[in-house]
Amino acid sequence: MRGNLAALGRYTIVKVLMLGIAVIVALYLTILIVNMGGKLDDVRRSEIKYEVTLRVNANPETQLMPPSEVNKMIDRLCELEYRRLGLDRPFFVRSFSYLVTALSLSLGRSENLVSDSGSRTVKRIILERLPATLLLFGTANLLIFFTAVTLALAISRKYGSWIDRLVVSLAPTSAAPGWFYGIFLILIFAAVLRVLPWGGMVDAPPPETTVGYAGSLVRHMILPVLAMACGGLLASTYSWRTFFLIYSSEDYVDLAKAKGLSSRAIERRYILRPTLPTIITNFMLMIIAMWMGAIILETVFNWPGLGRLYLQAVNLNDTPVIVGVMVIYGYLLAISVFLLDFIYAIVDPRVRIGAGAKKGV
Amino acid sequence: MLRRLRELRRYPSAIVGVGIIGLLVIVSIYTVLAIPYPEAVRLWRGGPGVWDDNPRNAQPVWFDWFTGDRLPRTIIVTAEDGGVKRIEPLADGRSRVEIVLPFDYAYDRFPTEITLFTRATYDGTTRTRFAATWHTPNGETIPIVTNRALRATDNYYISQDAQLLMKLGVSPEVGLLSAAASGVPPSARSPAKGRYQLVIQTEIAEGAEFDAKLVVYGQVHGLAGTDHRRRDLTVALLWGTPLALVFGLLAAVGSTLSTFCLAGIGTWFGGKVDALFQRITEVNMILPMLPILIMVGQFYSRSLWLMLGMVIALNIFSAGMKTYRAMFLQAKEAPYIEAARAYGAGNFRTIFRYLLPRIVPVLLPTFVMIVPTFVFLEAALAVIGLGDPLLPTWGKIINDAQSQSALYKGMYYWVVEPAVLLMLTGFAFAMVGFALDRVFNPRLRTV
Repeated sequence: MRGNLAALGRYTIVKVLMLGIAVIVALYLTILIVNMGGKLDDVRRSEIKYEVTLRVNANPETQLMPPSEVNKMIDRLCELEYRRLGLDRPFFVRSFSYLVTALSLSLGRSENLVSDSGSRTVKRIILERLPATLLLFGTANLLIFFTAVTLALAISRKYGSWIDRLVVSLAPTSAAPGWFYGIFLILIFAAVLRVLPWGGMVDAPPPETTVGYAGSLVRHMILPVLAMACGGLLASTYSWRTFFLIYSSEDYVDLAKAKGLSSRAIERRYILRPTLPTIITNFMLMIIAMWMGAIILETVFNWPGLGRLYLQAVNLNDTPVIVGVMVIYGYLLAISVFLLDFIYAIVDPRVRIGAGAKKGV
Repeated sequence: MLRRLRELRRYPSAIVGVGIIGLLVIVSIYTVLAIPYPEAVRLWRGGPGVWDDNPRNAQPVWFDWFTGDRLPRTIIVTAEDGGVKRIEPLADGRSRVEIVLPFDYAYDRFPTEITLFTRATYDGTTRTRFAATWHTPNGETIPIVTNRALRATDNYYISQDAQLLMKLGVSPEVGLLSAAASGVPPSARSPAKGRYQLVIQTEIAEGAEFDAKLVVYGQVHGLAGTDHRRRDLTVALLWGTPLALVFGLLAAVGSTLSTFCLAGIGTWFGGKVDALFQRITEVNMILPMLPILIMVGQFYSRSLWLMLGMVIALNIFSAGMKTYRAMFLQAKEAPYIEAARAYGAGNFRTIFRYLLPRIVPVLLPTFVMIVPTFVFLEAALAVIGLGDPLLPTWGKIINDAQSQSALYKGMYYWVVEPAVLLMLTGFAFAMVGFALDRVFNPRLRTV
């Protein structure tokens, strides 16, 4: 028992370390790319110089000074500003200080983007967008995941029936991603039939009552959720079906059938139980995918989530927001992966780790 | 292996898929031969003069089928082609030029624009002027301009002439072609069919030249229609095919093959190499691919080939590494590998001659099925505005259409055409991939 705990501890520490390194590497890469090999610094320097020049020229005292004095003043103020923002240090040094501040979750202030409530702190901007992403992708992914598993279980029972064949033959349609179906759905339901909204999250202006608000929200969510279902439901039903079929052709399932167990009991005890680790893995992978939402889908549907925030930030060269989104994403991803490994180790007796296995636990 | 491939014939979806892929390849070869790369870039990026004669936002010609009406095509009349040019010398050395530009109009709707392009070459600074009159099939004569200066090149946008609009009461392209009297709203009018004539008269100095071209822009154009910059979408749709195929296939080959080989090498040598590959894979799996591609596209370069390189690089140490590793670990213990070692095969010979080929059947379906992912990835980048700046791709057409609110304005063709092509490509590879999976994956065969 003690050995078991120690092994678990060691396993946990190694995992946390590995994931920590992965997050740091991912973040550092982001910082390197965002810096554009120094070009971004030039952009920021010239922006600062421009602002300082404007400020100095607007100052009535400088009107009477000789131009050389004014230029000196501008240079001095710029220098101060560079120092304040840390631009006087080499990028290599700065990159690590960026990394440390980012990792400690002090995300700082955005350069251009403003949150809907008018705040410039990156944390506020991100927190404002996170619920939108989670709402849409949480709903869609949970719906798709559980529909796929239940549907797959149902059709694996009726192997060879017309619905089974339909799913098999339609599975390749999932080769196209959700955003792609989104365009078609917008065309059909918004452009031609004019029954559902084109995009966005709620009507403008937002309805006053809670019920009205929720209704409007649901109406706006139908198309994106449907688009994601088109892009993923059939393929995942297909793969679950195949998976269940493989497991239900095992000898012990035949034995259970011979014993005369009900098909529900067989499913629960002999098919779902051994496939649980895989189901959980896929569930966690789905949650991982959910954090980032889908940049393109959010863009197509004009959904005010994290993905679109990221795209806006990239378009505006808003480094703090880009780094902020990546940090949040990196952390959430790392936590999800860690939990995945952990749950996997608990559920699957074969991967139950270390010393315990030897003792036949 | 070949015997297995022949089994594909049992799957109708695989046959359809292979057929579509074959068709796309033929289209690609035709495109690259018919419209060479520089020509495609010129046609797509070209400035004034390249697409001037195309209508703006025109539907494809087959749109007729849905409307029942015969929609107007673009009519181009020049003095050389269909027109008559009469030159009559005057006493003072100058000459009077009369250009008659006739055309038959047999369509059920009005044109979108009418423009008169004139070119003149003359010496000296004194510019002469020209007049133009419009003759309808009913014998009416409408003076449209009486005193317009001759220029070296002049575009007279008849349909935007404010004076003409005042005179006719409706926009000129409607008023000039309809039989109804003034005061009838445009929606109640229909074009008068028959022979129209535009007559241009001017007097030019000795040695001067004058030429005119009348373009009556239609509502439909070409097999694919045109976009907001009058570009013929056929060019982009055709060129999108080889680009999508090349991007998808190269990305698939590059990423799966490199992952495959590295997984084999890592598993074979084991120990530190294997551990290193495993750690890199774990880090790489945390790196979000699309955000990185977006950053690279925004901050460095949007070149299709750089994106391709990035996609491959980010996909080398992907989740596939883990899957292949598990398979190689099993295959490594097989007796025939031991036999190879026994006769003295070197490390790399064993890996590439014995270890890797064993897993190829598993690789093939994954490889085919991953192609659409990359095709759509390229389209996705283009849709958010990070498409290659020079090349016309399907995704870029969708991006243009989105930014011009094509769906809102009812120009569905603009979105549907590239989308259907994307879908065909994606489905074709997916259908073949699924069938291959069933052929090569023994566990799926019984079910």
